[in-house]
Amino acid sequence: MTGFNLEETRNLALGTLAVGVAALLPVFDQGFYLAICVNIMLYAALCTAWSLFSGPTHLVSLATAAFYGLGTYSVGLGIDTLPYPVLVAIAAASGAVLAGLVGAMTLRISGVYFVIFTFGLAEFVRQVVTWLQTKFATAIGLYVFTDITESQIYWMLLALTAAVFLTGFLIARSTLGFALQIIGNDETVARHVGIDTARAKIVLFMISGAFIAIAGAIMAPRYSYIEPPSAFNPMISFLVVIMALLGGTRRLWGPLVGVIPFTIMMDFVSSRFPNHTMIVVGLAFLVIVYLIPNGVTGLIENARARMKGADTVAREKTA
Amino acid sequence: MLRRTFIGLAASAAAIGLAGTPALAQEDVIKIGASAPKSGPLAGGAAMTHWPNIQLWMKEVNEAGGLKVGDKQMKLELVEYDDKTNGEEAIKNIQRLATVDEVDFIVAPYSTGLNIAAAPAIARHGYPHIATTAATDGVNQFAERWPNSFWMLGTSTQLANGIVATLAAMKDKGDIGNKVALVNVADAFGLELVAAAKPALDEAGFEIVYETSYPLGTQDLAPVISQAKAAAPDAFVAFSYPGDTFALTEQAQVQGFDVPVFYTGVGTAFPPFAARFKEAANGVMGIGGINSSDENVKGYLEMHKAELGSDPDFWASATTYAGLQILGQAIEKAGTLDKAAVVEAIRTNTFDTVIGEVSMPNNVNEKVWTVGQWNDGVFEAVAAEGLPVAAEPVKKSGWN
Repeated sequence: MTGFNLEETRNLALGTLAVGVAALLPVFDQGFYLAICVNIMLYAALCTAWSLFSGPTHLVSLATAAFYGLGTYSVGLGIDTLPYPVLVAIAAASGAVLAGLVGAMTLRISGVYFVIFTFGLAEFVRQVVTWLQTKFATAIGLYVFTDITESQIYWMLLALTAAVFLTGFLIARSTLGFALQIIGNDETVARHVGIDTARAKIVLFMISGAFIAIAGAIMAPRYSYIEPPSAFNPMISFLVVIMALLGGTRRLWGPLVGVIPFTIMMDFVSSRFPNHTMIVVGLAFLVIVYLIPNGVTGLIENARARMKGADTVAREKTA
Repeated sequence: MLRRTFIGLAASAAAIGLAGTPALAQEDVIKIGASAPKSGPLAGGAAMTHWPNIQLWMKEVNEAGGLKVGDKQMKLELVEYDDKTNGEEAIKNIQRLATVDEVDFIVAPYSTGLNIAAAPAIARHGYPHIATTAATDGVNQFAERWPNSFWMLGTSTQLANGIVATLAAMKDKGDIGNKVALVNVADAFGLELVAAAKPALDEAGFEIVYETSYPLGTQDLAPVISQAKAAAPDAFVAFSYPGDTFALTEQAQVQGFDVPVFYTGVGTAFPPFAARFKEAANGVMGIGGINSSDENVKGYLEMHKAELGSDPDFWASATTYAGLQILGQAIEKAGTLDKAAVVEAIRTNTFDTVIGEVSMPNNVNEKVWTVGQWNDGVFEAVAAEGLPVAAEPVKKSGWN
C-alpha cells in the first residue's frame, strides 16, 4: 500500500480530531444529550457500515436487522459464561459468517430480488432464534445485566464508527475498492476485465455484516432485556436505508450527514407532537424529498461547487 | 415559487412547534413524566390499559385540589412521550424527562420489556418506579437490582398456578376430568407461563393430551383448535397474546369446540372481547380478572366509565390505577417531592387503592388476581393469591 497523499493525510487528521472532540461529550452531559448522542452514534455506525456495501454496489440491503439482532443475541446468550469482549468478537464472527453464507447464495441475484431476499432474511433469522429458544430454553427473553455505563456504550459506538470509517477509507484505497468502483459503474464491464465480482461483493458484505453485528453487541447491555421482536425489529433496517439515502451514499461521510439531522428531526417531532408523530414525520419526508432530492451530500457539494467554481467539481468527484 | 411556498410552510410549522414549548414550571405544580407506546406493536394495549388511567388519575387528583405536600396543595401536570414500543426510545424519553423536563416523578412504562429496558435509567435518577404492567418471574431479582422499583402485577408462576389451582378445584368437585390441552405463544411470556404450568399440572394429577406452541403473529389458528378438539380435553388452556386470544376464541366458536374450560391469555380481559363474542364470551376464562363485588373496584369501574366513556380492561387497568394512587399517597405521606423519601414511603407504608390494601415491603406486590371468567359483561376474578375473589369458577356451556 502506498503512502497517504496530502488530501488523505488531511482527511485522516480531521477525522481523528472529530473523534477526539466527540469522545469528550460524556464529560459535559450524562443525561438526555448523551442518550440522544448514543442514538446518533448507533445509526452513524449502522448507516456507514450499511453503505460500505450498498454504496458502491447499489444493492439495497434490508438485512441490517438480521445482523444487528444476531449481535445482540450473541451477547444475550453468552453474557453469563463468557467475558464481554469475547462476545463482541463472536458477534462480529457470526455476522460475517451469516453475511458470507447469504452473499454466496444471493449476490448473483440483483436489484429488487436482492432487496426482498434480505428483508425476508431478518424475519427468517428471528423465527429460527425463536424456534431454537422454544425448543431448548424455557424463556425467550434474555437478561443482560452488566456494569457497562451509558458513557462506555457511547465510547464503544464512537470507536466502532471510527473503525468503520477507517475500514471504508482503506478499502477505497485498495484494489478491492477499485474493483468495486468498476462493479458499481458497470458490472458487465467489471466481469469482462477479469474481476471476480461475486467474490468482491461477498467480502464487502461480510465486512459490513460484521460491523453491524458488533453494533448490536454493543447495544445489548443498554436494552437489558433481549427478545426477538426488539432485537430483529425491521424498523432498524428501514431507518438505516432512509438515513443513509438522506445523507447520500456517494461519499463515505454521506450517511453521517443524513443521520444527524434525521435523528434530531425525529426527536424534535416526537417530543413536540407525541400524539401525531407519524403524521408529522410523513409530512417532513415529503418536504425533504421535495427540497433536497439529492440528499444532504448533494446540497453540500452544490454549495461547494458554487463557491469554488465549476472546474473544481470534476476534481472533487474523482478524488 | 412553489419552492418558496414550501419553505414558508415548513418555517411556520417549525414556529408552531416551538410555540408549543410548555410554559415555565410554575410553583405549586408537580410535574409528572410519562413515556409509553403511542405507536408500534403495543400501542393498542397501552391505549386500553395505560394512558386512560394516567388521564383519569390526573383528573381525579386535580379536581380534588391536587396533592397535599407538606403544607402546600400541589396540582399535577403531565409531560408525555411516545416510546414507539422501542427500548432505545424509552431510555431516551426517560433521560429527557429527567434531565431536560426535570419532572418530579415518572410513571412506569408499559409492558415487561419496556419496564426492564427503562429501569436502569429510572434508577440512575432515583425516581420511584412502580411497574404495573410487567408480569414475570424476574420480579424479585429486579427489585433487588433496582431498590427504587416496585412490581405490582405478580409473576408468571402465580398466574400459571392460578389456572392450575382453578382446574384442580373443578376436578375435585367432579366438574371436569383430568385431560388438558396446553397451547402457548412462542414468546417470553408464553414460554414462562407454560414452563411454570407444566409441573404444576403434573403435580395436580392432570394429563396433557395435546401441547403445541405457535410463533407470535400467527394469523391462522384453526389447526391448533381442530387438533386440540380432536384430543377431546376437559380443559383448553392457551397462554396467548391479544391477537391470538381473539383468533383462538373465534375458531373455537366456529368449530364448536365444546370444552368445559376454555382459557386464553392476555386480551381475554379486554372489554372488546366481550363486545366481540357477546353471550358466547360467557364462561370463557383468562388471565387477570378483578373482584367486581368489591366496593373499591366497583367505584373504579364506574368512574372509568363515567370519565372516559369506556370500560377499563379487567386485569392490569385497575393495577395501573392503583400504582398511580400509591405514587400520589406516598408523595403525601412523605410530605416532600424528594424522590428517595417517596421511595422509602412506598416501601414502608400500606396503601388504600382500588385493588384493596397494598403493601410492598420487599418491593413486590404478592396479592394478585390470577384467573378471571366472563359473566354477563364483567370479567370476574375466580382465582387469586391473597385476595378475595368475585365468584366460583363454573363450567362453560357451549358457544351460544
